Amino acid sequence: MEFSQIKKVLDIRCSGLFEAEIDRHTIRVLPENWLTVAKVLKADADLTFDSLMCLSGFDLGDSDMLGIACHFYSMDKGHMLEVIIETPKKNPTIPSIANIWRTADWHEREVYDLYGIIFEGHPDLKRILLPDDWEGHPLRKDYVQAETYHGITIKKDKTYWE
Amino acid sequence: MNTKTHIDQSLIKTDEMVLNMGPQHPSTHGVLRLKIHTDGEIVRKIEPIIGYLHRCFEKHCENLGYEQIVPFTDRCDYIASMHMNHGYALALERLMGIELPPRVEYIRVIVGELQRIASHLVALGTFGLDIGAITPFTWMIRDRERVLDLFEYLCGARLLYNYIWVGGVSHDLPEKFIRRTKEFLDYFTPQIDEFDQLLTFNKIFIERTADVGILPPDVAVNYGVTGPSLRGSGVNWDLRKNDSYSVYPDLEFDIPVGTGQMGSVGDCWDRYYVRMLEIRESIRIINQALKAIPAGDVHAAIPKKVRPPKGSVYSRFETARGELGYYIISDGKNIPVRLKMRSPAFCNLSVISEIAEGWMISDIIAILGSLDIVLGEIDR
Repeated sequence: MEFSQIKKVLDIRCSGLFEAEIDRHTIRVLPENWLTVAKVLKADADLTFDSLMCLSGFDLGDSDMLGIACHFYSMDKGHMLEVIIETPKKNPTIPSIANIWRTADWHEREVYDLYGIIFEGHPDLKRILLPDDWEGHPLRKDYVQAETYHGITIKKDKTYWE
Repeated sequence: MNTKTHIDQSLIKTDEMVLNMGPQHPSTHGVLRLKIHTDGEIVRKIEPIIGYLHRCFEKHCENLGYEQIVPFTDRCDYIASMHMNHGYALALERLMGIELPPRVEYIRVIVGELQRIASHLVALGTFGLDIGAITPFTWMIRDRERVLDLFEYLCGARLLYNYIWVGGVSHDLPEKFIRRTKEFLDYFTPQIDEFDQLLTFNKIFIERTADVGILPPDVAVNYGVTGPSLRGSGVNWDLRKNDSYSVYPDLEFDIPVGTGQMGSVGDCWDRYYVRMLEIRESIRIINQALKAIPAGDVHAAIPKKVRPPKGSVYSRFETARGELGYYIISDGKNIPVRLKMRSPAFCNLSVISEIAEGWMISDIIAILGSLDIVLGEIDR
Protein backbone atom coordinates (compact mmCIF):
# COMPACT_ATOMS: atom_id res chain seq x y z
CA MET A 1 0.00 0.00 0.00
CA GLU A 2 1.07 3.53 -0.69
CA PHE A 3 1.36 6.02 2.13
CA SER A 4 -1.84 7.80 1.05
CA GLN A 5 -3.80 4.56 1.39
CA ILE A 6 -2.26 3.81 4.80
CA LYS A 7 -3.27 7.31 5.87
CA LYS A 8 -6.83 6.68 4.66
CA VAL A 9 -7.12 3.51 6.76
CA LEU A 10 -5.70 5.32 9.79
CA ASP A 11 -8.09 8.25 9.24
CA ILE A 12 -10.99 5.85 9.65
CA ARG A 13 -9.60 3.72 12.48
CA CYS A 14 -8.03 6.41 14.66
CA SER A 15 -9.04 9.82 13.38
CA GLY A 16 -7.62 12.80 15.19
CA LEU A 17 -5.01 10.74 17.03
CA PHE A 18 -2.16 11.48 14.62
CA GLU A 19 -0.75 14.06 12.25
CA ALA A 20 0.54 13.00 8.86
CA GLU A 21 3.54 14.47 7.09
CA ILE A 22 2.77 13.39 3.57
CA ASP A 23 6.06 14.35 1.90
CA ARG A 24 8.13 12.38 4.45
CA HIS A 25 5.72 9.42 4.67
CA THR A 26 5.63 9.88 8.41
CA ILE A 27 2.95 10.13 11.04
CA ARG A 28 3.38 12.00 14.30
CA VAL A 29 1.61 10.75 17.40
CA LEU A 30 1.33 12.24 20.87
CA PRO A 31 2.49 9.95 23.70
CA GLU A 32 -1.00 9.69 25.20
CA ASN A 33 -2.42 8.37 21.89
CA TRP A 34 0.50 6.13 21.05
CA LEU A 35 -0.76 2.85 22.53
CA THR A 36 -4.13 3.13 20.77
CA VAL A 37 -2.50 3.83 17.40
CA ALA A 38 0.07 1.07 17.91
CA LYS A 39 -2.62 -1.53 18.55
CA VAL A 40 -4.39 -0.50 15.34
CA LEU A 41 -1.14 -0.71 13.37
CA LYS A 42 -0.60 -4.27 14.49
CA ALA A 43 -4.16 -5.60 14.42
CA ASP A 44 -5.83 -3.91 11.46
CA ALA A 45 -6.31 -6.42 8.63
CA ASP A 46 -5.33 -3.88 5.95
CA LEU A 47 -2.21 -2.63 7.73
CA THR A 48 -0.80 -5.71 9.58
CA PHE A 49 2.48 -4.11 10.57
CA ASP A 50 3.87 -7.31 12.01
CA SER A 51 7.50 -6.26 12.09
CA LEU A 52 9.05 -3.40 14.02
CA MET A 53 12.32 -2.89 12.17
CA CYS A 54 13.88 -0.23 14.31
CA LEU A 55 13.12 1.98 17.26
CA SER A 56 15.55 4.82 17.74
CA GLY A 57 15.62 7.73 20.10
CA PHE A 58 16.74 11.16 19.02
CA ASP A 59 17.52 14.56 20.45
CA LEU A 60 17.71 17.21 17.76
CA GLY A 61 19.14 19.72 20.20
CA ASP A 62 17.12 22.66 18.86
CA SER A 63 14.10 22.29 21.13
CA ASP A 64 13.26 21.03 24.59
CA MET A 65 11.86 17.80 23.19
CA LEU A 66 13.18 14.25 22.96
CA GLY A 67 11.70 11.75 20.59
CA ILE A 68 11.61 8.25 19.24
CA ALA A 69 11.24 7.15 15.64
CA CYS A 70 9.69 3.74 14.99
CA HIS A 71 10.01 2.07 11.59
CA PHE A 72 7.36 -0.51 10.86
CA TYR A 73 7.16 -2.97 8.05
CA SER A 74 4.45 -5.36 6.98
CA MET A 75 5.91 -8.63 5.76
CA ASP A 76 2.58 -9.64 4.18
CA LYS A 77 1.75 -6.43 2.38
CA GLY A 78 5.23 -5.06 1.85
CA HIS A 79 4.66 -1.50 3.01
CA MET A 80 6.47 0.54 5.61
CA LEU A 81 5.67 3.44 7.91
CA GLU A 82 7.63 5.81 10.08
CA VAL A 83 6.06 6.96 13.33
CA ILE A 84 7.53 9.80 15.38
CA ILE A 85 6.59 10.40 19.00
CA GLU A 86 7.95 13.42 20.82
CA THR A 87 7.96 14.06 24.53
CA PRO A 88 9.22 16.99 26.64
CA LYS A 89 12.76 16.74 28.00
CA LYS A 90 11.68 17.67 31.52
CA ASN A 91 9.53 14.61 32.10
CA PRO A 92 10.01 12.27 29.14
CA THR A 93 7.49 9.45 29.22
CA ILE A 94 6.11 7.35 26.39
CA PRO A 95 3.95 4.23 26.75
CA SER A 96 5.82 1.02 26.00
CA ILE A 97 4.95 -1.17 23.03
CA ALA A 98 7.17 -4.05 24.19
CA ASN A 99 4.15 -6.27 24.73
CA ILE A 100 2.94 -5.74 21.16
CA TRP A 101 6.26 -6.08 19.32
CA ARG A 102 8.89 -7.93 21.32
CA THR A 103 11.60 -6.18 19.27
CA ALA A 104 10.74 -3.06 21.23
CA ASP A 105 11.81 -4.66 24.52
CA TRP A 106 15.55 -4.25 24.08
CA HIS A 107 15.26 -1.20 21.83
CA GLU A 108 13.26 0.69 24.46
CA ARG A 109 15.80 -0.28 27.08
CA GLU A 110 18.50 1.12 24.83
CA VAL A 111 16.61 4.40 24.35
CA TYR A 112 16.06 4.62 28.10
CA ASP A 113 19.74 3.98 28.66
CA LEU A 114 21.03 6.57 26.22
CA TYR A 115 18.25 9.22 26.30
CA GLY A 116 16.49 8.69 29.62
CA ILE A 117 13.01 8.35 28.16
CA ILE A 118 10.79 6.38 30.56
CA PHE A 119 8.67 3.75 28.83
CA GLU A 120 5.55 3.21 30.91
CA GLY A 121 4.50 -0.41 31.20
CA HIS A 122 7.80 -1.86 30.02
CA PRO A 123 8.34 -5.32 31.59
CA ASP A 124 11.93 -4.70 32.71
CA LEU A 125 13.15 -1.16 32.12
CA LYS A 126 16.82 -0.92 33.04
CA ARG A 127 20.09 0.05 31.40
CA ILE A 128 21.30 -2.29 28.70
CA LEU A 129 24.54 -1.01 27.16
CA LEU A 130 25.96 1.06 29.99
CA PRO A 131 26.68 -0.13 33.55
CA ASP A 132 23.75 0.08 35.97
CA ASP A 133 25.40 2.78 38.06
CA TRP A 134 26.22 5.12 35.18
CA GLU A 135 25.04 8.68 35.68
CA GLY A 136 23.25 10.61 32.98
CA HIS A 137 22.14 9.72 29.49
CA PRO A 138 25.03 10.21 27.04
CA LEU A 139 23.23 10.72 23.75
CA ARG A 140 21.38 13.79 24.98
CA LYS A 141 22.87 16.90 23.42
CA ASP A 142 23.20 18.58 26.83
CA TYR A 143 25.04 15.63 28.39
CA VAL A 144 28.08 16.62 30.40
CA GLN A 145 30.75 14.00 30.72
CA ALA A 146 31.63 13.10 34.30
CA GLU A 147 35.23 13.51 35.44
CA THR A 148 35.69 10.04 36.86
CA TYR A 149 33.91 6.71 37.03
CA HIS A 150 34.81 4.56 40.05
CA GLY A 151 38.06 6.46 40.36
CA ILE A 152 38.99 6.00 36.69
CA THR A 153 39.55 9.21 34.74
CA ILE A 154 37.11 9.42 31.84
CA LYS A 155 38.39 12.50 30.05
CA LYS A 156 41.19 11.74 27.66
CA ASP A 157 44.51 12.73 29.17
CA LYS A 158 46.31 14.48 26.32
CA THR A 159 49.25 15.87 28.32
CA TYR A 160 51.76 13.51 26.75
CA TRP A 161 50.98 13.83 23.07
CA GLU A 162 49.52 17.28 22.49
CA MET B 1 25.20 -52.34 59.83
CA ASN B 2 22.40 -50.46 58.33
CA THR B 3 23.43 -49.27 54.88
CA LYS B 4 20.21 -47.48 54.25
CA THR B 5 20.61 -43.73 54.21
CA HIS B 6 18.05 -41.69 55.95
CA ILE B 7 17.50 -38.41 54.21
CA ASP B 8 14.74 -36.16 55.27
CA GLN B 9 13.32 -35.12 51.90
CA SER B 10 11.90 -31.94 53.33
CA LEU B 11 15.41 -30.67 54.09
CA ILE B 12 16.57 -30.83 50.47
CA LYS B 13 16.20 -27.46 48.88
CA THR B 14 14.72 -27.51 45.40
CA ASP B 15 14.97 -23.86 44.49
CA GLU B 16 15.99 -22.59 41.09
CA MET B 17 19.71 -22.15 40.78
CA VAL B 18 21.19 -19.18 39.00
CA LEU B 19 24.17 -20.12 36.88
CA ASN B 20 26.47 -17.51 35.45
CA MET B 21 27.93 -18.10 31.98
CA GLY B 22 30.48 -15.61 30.72
CA PRO B 23 31.50 -12.91 30.08
CA GLN B 24 34.74 -14.85 29.66
CA HIS B 25 33.53 -18.10 28.19
CA PRO B 26 34.77 -19.77 25.00
CA SER B 27 31.34 -20.44 23.56
CA THR B 28 29.81 -17.03 24.07
CA HIS B 29 31.58 -15.68 20.97
CA GLY B 30 33.00 -12.64 22.65
CA VAL B 31 32.00 -11.04 25.89
CA LEU B 32 28.43 -12.04 26.49
CA ARG B 33 27.14 -12.91 29.93
CA LEU B 34 24.15 -15.18 30.37
CA LYS B 35 22.37 -15.45 33.68
CA ILE B 36 20.76 -18.85 33.49
CA HIS B 37 17.99 -19.83 35.91
CA THR B 38 18.11 -23.60 36.09
CA ASP B 39 15.95 -26.31 37.58
CA GLY B 40 18.44 -29.18 37.75
CA GLU B 41 19.71 -29.45 34.18
CA ILE B 42 16.67 -27.73 32.72
CA VAL B 43 16.81 -24.07 31.81
CA ARG B 44 13.87 -22.03 33.03
CA LYS B 45 14.92 -18.55 32.07
CA ILE B 46 17.85 -16.77 30.48
CA GLU B 47 18.82 -13.16 30.99
CA PRO B 48 21.46 -12.05 28.51
CA ILE B 49 23.58 -9.23 29.89
CA ILE B 50 25.33 -7.23 27.20
CA GLY B 51 27.33 -4.04 26.95
CA TYR B 52 30.82 -5.32 27.75
CA LEU B 53 32.03 -4.23 24.32
CA HIS B 54 30.17 -0.91 24.19
CA ARG B 55 32.41 1.59 22.41
CA CYS B 56 30.01 4.56 22.08
CA PHE B 57 29.70 4.18 18.31
CA GLU B 58 26.61 6.37 18.04
CA LYS B 59 28.05 9.07 20.29
CA HIS B 60 31.29 9.16 18.29
CA CYS B 61 29.32 9.48 15.05
CA GLU B 62 27.76 12.74 16.26
CA ASN B 63 31.26 14.26 16.35
CA LEU B 64 32.68 12.89 13.10
CA GLY B 65 32.34 13.77 9.44
CA TYR B 66 30.36 11.30 7.34
CA GLU B 67 33.49 9.98 5.58
CA GLN B 68 35.23 9.41 8.90
CA ILE B 69 32.45 7.14 10.11
CA VAL B 70 33.18 4.40 7.53
CA PRO B 71 36.13 2.90 9.49
CA PHE B 72 33.99 2.94 12.64
CA THR B 73 31.31 0.82 10.93
CA ASP B 74 34.04 -1.73 10.15
CA ARG B 75 34.69 -2.23 13.80
CA CYS B 76 31.08 -2.93 14.67
CA ASP B 77 30.78 -6.28 12.92
CA TYR B 78 34.40 -7.29 12.51
CA ILE B 79 33.51 -10.65 10.97
CA ALA B 80 31.63 -9.06 8.04
CA SER B 81 33.04 -5.54 7.75
CA MET B 82 32.30 -5.17 4.03
CA HIS B 83 28.58 -5.47 4.74
CA MET B 84 28.75 -2.78 7.40
CA ASN B 85 30.55 -0.44 4.97
CA HIS B 86 28.11 -1.20 2.19
CA GLY B 87 25.01 -0.69 4.35
CA TYR B 88 26.32 2.66 5.53
CA ALA B 89 27.26 3.83 2.04
CA LEU B 90 23.86 2.73 0.75
CA ALA B 91 22.02 4.77 3.40
CA LEU B 92 23.92 7.94 2.56
CA GLU B 93 23.61 7.40 -1.18
CA ARG B 94 19.84 7.10 -0.75
CA LEU B 95 19.77 10.28 1.31
CA MET B 96 21.92 12.21 -1.16
CA GLY B 97 20.47 10.65 -4.31
CA ILE B 98 23.78 9.46 -5.75
CA GLU B 99 23.70 7.28 -8.88
CA LEU B 100 26.57 4.81 -8.98
CA PRO B 101 28.54 3.55 -11.99
CA PRO B 102 27.62 -0.09 -12.74
CA ARG B 103 31.19 -1.22 -12.14
CA VAL B 104 31.02 -0.04 -8.53
CA GLU B 105 27.79 -1.93 -7.97
CA TYR B 106 29.27 -5.13 -9.36
CA ILE B 107 32.45 -4.79 -7.29
CA ARG B 108 30.33 -4.28 -4.19
CA VAL B 109 28.28 -7.37 -4.93
CA ILE B 110 31.39 -9.49 -5.54
CA VAL B 111 33.16 -8.43 -2.35
CA GLY B 112 29.87 -8.59 -0.41
CA GLU B 113 29.26 -12.19 -1.39
CA LEU B 114 32.87 -13.17 -0.74
CA GLN B 115 32.42 -11.61 2.68
CA ARG B 116 29.22 -13.58 3.19
CA ILE B 117 31.12 -16.80 2.46
CA ALA B 118 33.89 -15.82 4.91
CA SER B 119 31.41 -14.84 7.60
CA HIS B 120 29.29 -17.97 7.25
CA LEU B 121 32.43 -20.13 7.40
CA VAL B 122 33.27 -18.61 10.77
CA ALA B 123 29.68 -19.04 11.92
CA LEU B 124 29.51 -22.70 10.90
CA GLY B 125 33.00 -23.53 12.08
CA THR B 126 32.57 -22.06 15.54
CA PHE B 127 29.12 -23.62 15.80
CA GLY B 128 30.75 -27.01 15.26
CA LEU B 129 33.53 -26.12 17.67
CA ASP B 130 31.06 -25.13 20.39
CA ILE B 131 29.47 -28.55 20.40
CA GLY B 132 32.70 -30.48 20.12
CA ALA B 133 33.57 -30.84 16.42
CA ILE B 134 37.08 -29.47 16.15
CA THR B 135 38.20 -30.57 12.68
CA PRO B 136 35.52 -28.72 10.64
CA PHE B 137 36.54 -25.49 12.36
CA THR B 138 40.13 -25.78 11.19
CA TRP B 139 39.02 -26.65 7.65
CA MET B 140 36.62 -23.73 7.46
CA ILE B 141 39.06 -21.23 8.90
CA ARG B 142 41.63 -22.46 6.37
CA ASP B 143 39.26 -21.60 3.50
CA ARG B 144 38.15 -18.34 5.06
CA GLU B 145 41.81 -17.41 5.11
CA ARG B 146 41.83 -17.61 1.32
CA VAL B 147 38.98 -15.09 1.15
CA LEU B 148 40.90 -12.83 3.50
CA ASP B 149 43.95 -13.18 1.23
CA LEU B 150 41.79 -11.97 -1.65
CA PHE B 151 40.67 -8.97 0.40
CA GLU B 152 44.22 -8.23 1.40
CA TYR B 153 45.16 -8.22 -2.27
CA LEU B 154 42.17 -5.96 -2.96
CA CYS B 155 42.59 -3.26 -0.34
CA GLY B 156 45.49 -4.13 1.91
CA ALA B 157 43.47 -5.10 4.97
CA ARG B 158 42.39 -8.51 6.12
CA LEU B 159 39.54 -7.70 8.50
CA LEU B 160 38.79 -3.98 8.73
CA TYR B 161 38.67 -2.83 5.15
CA ASN B 162 37.34 0.75 4.93
CA TYR B 163 36.85 -0.27 1.28
CA ILE B 164 33.32 0.78 0.35
CA TRP B 165 33.02 4.56 0.45
CA VAL B 166 30.06 6.83 -0.04
CA GLY B 167 29.67 7.02 -3.83
CA GLY B 168 32.21 4.36 -4.76
CA VAL B 169 34.99 2.12 -3.51
CA SER B 170 38.47 3.08 -2.39
CA HIS B 171 40.43 1.15 -5.08
CA ASP B 172 39.52 -0.43 -8.37
CA LEU B 173 39.99 -4.21 -8.60
CA PRO B 174 43.67 -5.13 -8.93
CA GLU B 175 44.74 -6.63 -12.24
CA LYS B 176 44.59 -10.31 -11.31
CA PHE B 177 41.73 -10.10 -8.82
CA ILE B 178 39.11 -11.63 -11.12
CA ARG B 179 41.41 -14.51 -12.08
CA ARG B 180 42.33 -15.16 -8.45
CA THR B 181 38.70 -15.09 -7.38
CA LYS B 182 37.82 -17.62 -10.07
CA GLU B 183 40.68 -19.84 -8.92
CA PHE B 184 39.42 -19.58 -5.37
CA LEU B 185 35.89 -20.55 -6.37
CA ASP B 186 37.15 -23.52 -8.41
CA TYR B 187 39.06 -24.68 -5.37
CA PHE B 188 36.33 -23.90 -2.87
CA THR B 189 33.21 -25.36 -4.49
CA PRO B 190 34.20 -29.03 -3.97
CA GLN B 191 35.22 -28.21 -0.39
CA ILE B 192 31.57 -27.55 0.52
CA ASP B 193 30.71 -31.17 -0.23
CA GLU B 194 33.47 -32.19 2.14
CA PHE B 195 32.07 -29.92 4.86
CA ASP B 196 28.70 -31.58 4.30
CA GLN B 197 30.20 -35.03 4.70
CA LEU B 198 32.27 -34.04 7.69
CA LEU B 199 29.78 -32.00 9.68
CA THR B 200 26.35 -31.36 8.14
CA PHE B 201 25.24 -34.97 7.83
CA ASN B 202 27.32 -36.25 10.70
CA LYS B 203 25.16 -38.40 12.97
CA ILE B 204 26.50 -36.92 16.19
CA PHE B 205 26.07 -33.37 14.93
CA ILE B 206 22.49 -34.06 13.88
CA GLU B 207 21.71 -35.61 17.26
CA ARG B 208 22.99 -32.49 18.99
CA THR B 209 21.20 -29.94 16.79
CA ALA B 210 18.09 -31.40 15.15
CA ASP B 211 14.86 -30.75 17.06
CA VAL B 212 16.74 -28.49 19.48
CA GLY B 213 15.89 -24.83 20.07
CA ILE B 214 12.92 -24.58 17.74
CA LEU B 215 12.10 -21.01 16.76
CA PRO B 216 8.54 -20.66 15.39
CA PRO B 217 8.21 -18.18 12.50
CA ASP B 218 5.69 -15.85 14.18
CA VAL B 219 7.89 -15.54 17.28
CA ALA B 220 10.89 -14.83 15.07
CA VAL B 221 9.10 -12.01 13.24
CA ASN B 222 7.74 -10.54 16.46
CA TYR B 223 11.24 -10.44 17.98
CA GLY B 224 12.70 -8.87 14.86
CA VAL B 225 14.89 -11.87 14.06
CA THR B 226 16.27 -11.58 10.53
CA GLY B 227 18.78 -13.17 8.22
CA PRO B 228 19.61 -16.89 8.18
CA SER B 229 18.10 -17.32 11.65
CA LEU B 230 14.71 -16.19 10.32
CA ARG B 231 15.03 -18.19 7.10
CA GLY B 232 15.85 -21.27 9.18
CA SER B 233 12.30 -20.98 10.53
CA GLY B 234 10.96 -21.35 7.00
CA VAL B 235 10.25 -17.68 6.28
CA ASN B 236 11.29 -16.75 2.76
CA TRP B 237 12.66 -13.34 3.55
CA ASP B 238 15.81 -11.80 2.19
CA LEU B 239 16.31 -8.09 1.59
CA ARG B 240 18.38 -8.86 -1.49
CA LYS B 241 15.09 -10.03 -3.04
CA ASN B 242 12.36 -8.37 -0.97
CA ASP B 243 13.77 -4.85 -0.81
CA SER B 244 16.40 -5.13 -3.45
CA TYR B 245 19.37 -2.84 -3.85
CA SER B 246 22.55 -2.65 -5.95
CA VAL B 247 22.47 -5.07 -8.92
CA TYR B 248 20.84 -7.98 -7.11
CA PRO B 249 17.64 -7.74 -9.24
CA ASP B 250 19.75 -8.60 -12.33
CA LEU B 251 21.33 -11.67 -10.76
CA GLU B 252 19.82 -15.11 -10.43
CA PHE B 253 19.87 -16.78 -7.06
CA ASP B 254 17.57 -18.64 -4.68
CA ILE B 255 16.74 -17.99 -1.06
CA PRO B 256 17.27 -21.19 0.93
CA VAL B 257 14.82 -21.70 3.79
CA GLY B 258 14.61 -24.24 6.58
CA THR B 259 12.48 -27.27 5.77
CA GLY B 260 12.83 -29.39 8.88
CA GLN B 261 14.82 -31.98 6.93
CA MET B 262 16.36 -33.56 10.04
CA GLY B 263 13.79 -32.60 12.68
CA SER B 264 11.37 -29.71 12.90
CA VAL B 265 11.33 -26.46 10.97
CA GLY B 266 13.31 -23.79 12.80
CA ASP B 267 15.62 -26.01 14.82
CA CYS B 268 19.35 -25.44 15.20
CA TRP B 269 20.17 -27.77 12.34
CA ASP B 270 17.95 -25.79 9.96
CA ARG B 271 19.63 -22.53 10.91
CA TYR B 272 22.98 -24.19 10.30
CA TYR B 273 21.98 -25.71 6.96
CA VAL B 274 20.49 -22.46 5.61
CA ARG B 275 23.93 -20.90 5.99
CA MET B 276 25.56 -23.81 4.22
CA LEU B 277 23.16 -23.45 1.29
CA GLU B 278 23.67 -19.69 1.24
CA ILE B 279 27.36 -20.23 0.66
CA ARG B 280 26.46 -22.12 -2.51
CA GLU B 281 24.13 -19.33 -3.61
CA SER B 282 26.86 -16.75 -2.97
CA ILE B 283 29.16 -18.70 -5.28
CA ARG B 284 26.47 -18.58 -7.97
CA ILE B 285 26.11 -14.83 -7.53
CA ILE B 286 29.87 -14.20 -7.69
CA ASN B 287 30.22 -16.30 -10.84
CA GLN B 288 27.49 -14.29 -12.59
CA ALA B 289 28.88 -10.98 -11.38
CA LEU B 290 32.42 -11.83 -12.51
CA LYS B 291 31.09 -12.49 -16.01
CA ALA B 292 28.94 -9.37 -16.18
CA ILE B 293 31.26 -6.80 -14.61
CA PRO B 294 31.62 -3.77 -16.93
CA ALA B 295 34.54 -1.37 -17.21
CA GLY B 296 34.34 2.08 -15.67
CA ASP B 297 35.78 4.56 -13.22
CA VAL B 298 35.12 3.57 -9.61
CA HIS B 299 35.78 7.09 -8.33
CA ALA B 300 33.43 8.84 -10.73
CA ALA B 301 30.53 9.27 -8.31
CA ILE B 302 32.45 9.95 -5.09
CA PRO B 303 31.30 13.36 -3.87
CA LYS B 304 33.94 15.97 -2.96
CA LYS B 305 32.11 16.70 0.27
CA VAL B 306 29.57 14.39 1.85
CA ARG B 307 26.87 16.83 2.86
CA PRO B 308 23.45 15.23 2.70
CA PRO B 309 20.43 17.55 2.46
CA LYS B 310 18.28 18.22 5.51
CA GLY B 311 16.15 15.20 6.25
CA SER B 312 16.27 11.64 7.45
CA VAL B 313 16.55 8.17 6.00
CA TYR B 314 16.07 4.62 7.23
CA SER B 315 17.91 2.26 4.97
CA ARG B 316 18.36 -1.47 5.39
CA PHE B 317 20.79 -4.00 4.09
CA GLU B 318 21.09 -7.78 4.23
CA THR B 319 24.29 -8.67 6.05
CA ALA B 320 25.48 -12.18 6.82
CA ARG B 321 23.55 -11.94 10.09
CA GLY B 322 20.37 -10.22 8.96
CA GLU B 323 18.85 -6.82 8.51
CA LEU B 324 21.28 -4.00 9.16
CA GLY B 325 19.52 -0.66 9.34
CA TYR B 326 20.92 2.83 9.47
CA TYR B 327 18.70 5.66 10.61
CA ILE B 328 20.39 8.95 9.81
CA ILE B 329 19.08 12.43 10.62
CA SER B 330 20.91 15.19 8.80
CA ASP B 331 20.63 18.94 9.28
CA GLY B 332 22.61 19.74 6.13
CA LYS B 333 26.01 19.94 7.83
CA ASN B 334 28.93 17.56 7.38
CA ILE B 335 28.29 15.66 10.61
CA PRO B 336 25.11 13.74 11.42
CA VAL B 337 22.68 14.93 14.08
CA ARG B 338 21.80 11.34 14.83
CA LEU B 339 23.03 8.06 13.49
CA LYS B 340 21.42 4.90 14.74
CA MET B 341 22.54 1.46 13.73
CA ARG B 342 19.92 -1.22 13.89
CA SER B 343 22.09 -4.19 14.50
CA PRO B 344 20.85 -7.60 13.31
CA ALA B 345 22.54 -9.67 16.01
CA PHE B 346 21.06 -7.42 18.73
CA CYS B 347 17.55 -8.54 17.79
CA ASN B 348 18.62 -12.12 17.06
CA LEU B 349 20.13 -12.45 20.53
CA SER B 350 17.05 -11.06 22.27
CA VAL B 351 15.04 -14.10 21.17
CA ILE B 352 17.28 -16.53 23.09
CA SER B 353 15.30 -16.17 26.31
CA GLU B 354 12.23 -17.28 24.38
CA ILE B 355 13.65 -20.33 22.58
CA ALA B 356 16.02 -21.63 25.23
CA GLU B 357 13.32 -22.15 27.83
CA GLY B 358 12.90 -25.80 28.76
CA TRP B 359 16.11 -27.08 27.14
CA MET B 360 19.17 -28.49 28.85
CA ILE B 361 22.19 -26.35 29.64
CA SER B 362 24.25 -28.13 26.99
CA ASP B 363 21.61 -27.21 24.40
CA ILE B 364 22.06 -23.52 25.21
CA ILE B 365 25.51 -23.74 23.66
CA ALA B 366 24.01 -25.19 20.47
CA ILE B 367 21.24 -22.57 20.36
CA LEU B 368 23.64 -19.69 20.92
CA GLY B 369 26.01 -21.03 18.27
CA SER B 370 23.21 -21.39 15.75
CA LEU B 371 22.14 -17.76 16.20
CA ASP B 372 25.59 -16.57 15.06
CA ILE B 373 26.08 -13.43 17.09
CA VAL B 374 28.91 -10.93 16.95
CA LEU B 375 29.19 -8.93 20.14
CA GLY B 376 30.87 -6.02 18.42
CA GLU B 377 27.68 -5.03 16.66
CA ILE B 378 25.37 -5.93 19.54
CA ASP B 379 27.14 -3.57 21.94
CA ARG B 380 28.31 -1.05 19.32
